[in-house]
Amino acid sequence: MTTTPILRIDDVYKSFGATQVLKGFSLSIQPQEVVVLVGPSGSGKSTLLRCINLLHPPTSGRIWLEEEEITAPGVNHDRVRQRIGMVFQDFNLFTHLTALGNVMIGLTKVRKMHKKEAHDLAMFELERVGLVDRAGHYPAQLSGGQKQRVAIARALGMDPHIMLFDEPTSALDPELTGEVLEVMQQLAKEGMTMIVVSHEMGFARQVASRVVFMEGGVVVEEGPPQQMFEQPKYERTRAFLRKITDLEGDEK
Amino acid sequence: MDFFQDLATTFNFILQGLWVTIGVTLVALSVGFVFGVVMAMLRVYGNAFFRALAAAYSVIVRAVPVVVIIFILFFVIARFVNLSPFWAGSLALGFASGAYQSEIFRGAFQSVPPGQMTAARAIGMSRVQAIQSIILPQAVRLALPAWGNEATLVLKDSTLVFVVGVPEILRRAQQVSARTLEPFIAFGLALLLYLALTLLTTQVLQWLERRYRLQM
Repeated sequence: MTTTPILRIDDVYKSFGATQVLKGFSLSIQPQEVVVLVGPSGSGKSTLLRCINLLHPPTSGRIWLEEEEITAPGVNHDRVRQRIGMVFQDFNLFTHLTALGNVMIGLTKVRKMHKKEAHDLAMFELERVGLVDRAGHYPAQLSGGQKQRVAIARALGMDPHIMLFDEPTSALDPELTGEVLEVMQQLAKEGMTMIVVSHEMGFARQVASRVVFMEGGVVVEEGPPQQMFEQPKYERTRAFLRKITDLEGDEK
Repeated sequence: MDFFQDLATTFNFILQGLWVTIGVTLVALSVGFVFGVVMAMLRVYGNAFFRALAAAYSVIVRAVPVVVIIFILFFVIARFVNLSPFWAGSLALGFASGAYQSEIFRGAFQSVPPGQMTAARAIGMSRVQAIQSIILPQAVRLALPAWGNEATLVLKDSTLVFVVGVPEILRRAQQVSARTLEPFIAFGLALLLYLALTLLTTQVLQWLERRYRLQM
């Protein structure tokens, strides 16, 4: 590919106290790519996502978003985060606001839209995730799958250039994961650039443009899903992917 | 007939103190709310200096009898700034209540799940924006039950401004009692007024609690 990457991660290290989580992680992502990131727990997947949107800035190394180095000193982190949508494993919907309020608050407070304009855009985003009829519900009145779809709508409202998903379906009952994956698949189809930490191998096979296997804070192997599932270069990759694919098979 | 006429006169005289009691309580609660929320925020989100400052405020003020604070405001500070007994008493009560309220709000801020802050930052809010529009509204709701308790305590503590001569319910009852030599009637009426005020306050706060309960 010859286009400039939308996101370039170069030799990123991240430590928490004495624990080193990322140990020289590098990866480039092209516009409209869907990258599924897999790896054993503790391999640094969530930390990587939090480094990318600067919730936990890297200890060293550099990250470029659309040719702007976001790890450079003096960069306004809040402005960077507006361009990077993030969806969490446990949804983190604002409990005191309705579904509509959850989507609207970023529009009025961060994007400084007027109420009316924000309301209309929020309803549009709820429509995208199929939840217009739940606009007035509070998070406690929604199912897990609906909460996660509201969280996706909330992120989309900020008009992000790239979306990060941190195990978006791990906290959901198996019968609720489908509705969330469908929304994500739709987003991918519309051309959203996405990094997805997930062990949903069905999703990875169908939607991913690339699967990245990471372990111990670095990339072990990456490639198109077909290659990664059928003829990975390393035995470690094969063993890991087989294990999670088998687990998934057991559940269904 | 005389008895009832006297009773009505006594009641009317004491009743004029009702608005003073309500005024003192509302001023004290509002001042205490501002102090409480600000100090709690400094304590939870401030740097080392502000954390220490807020902690010192809470510890020192709670260790001192409220009457002492009222005296300091009325006899010391009111010499430099023009403060009526009403304002000296109410502000002193508010300053004291702020210390207790800061403990209530500190607990509330700390019990808002950390994911709320993370999610707010993730959509591009600054730390201050996140505290303002996401954490504070939730913390206030979480604090309501304990705050209701503090409100009734302040209502009862409003009797303390008596010592600087504010004509609230208790002071008026005492004046009547001294004149008529019928303390039972005077203080009995005061008791009934306080009881009514406290019950009303609890009802209003319970309604607020139900209305704004956070479902997790």
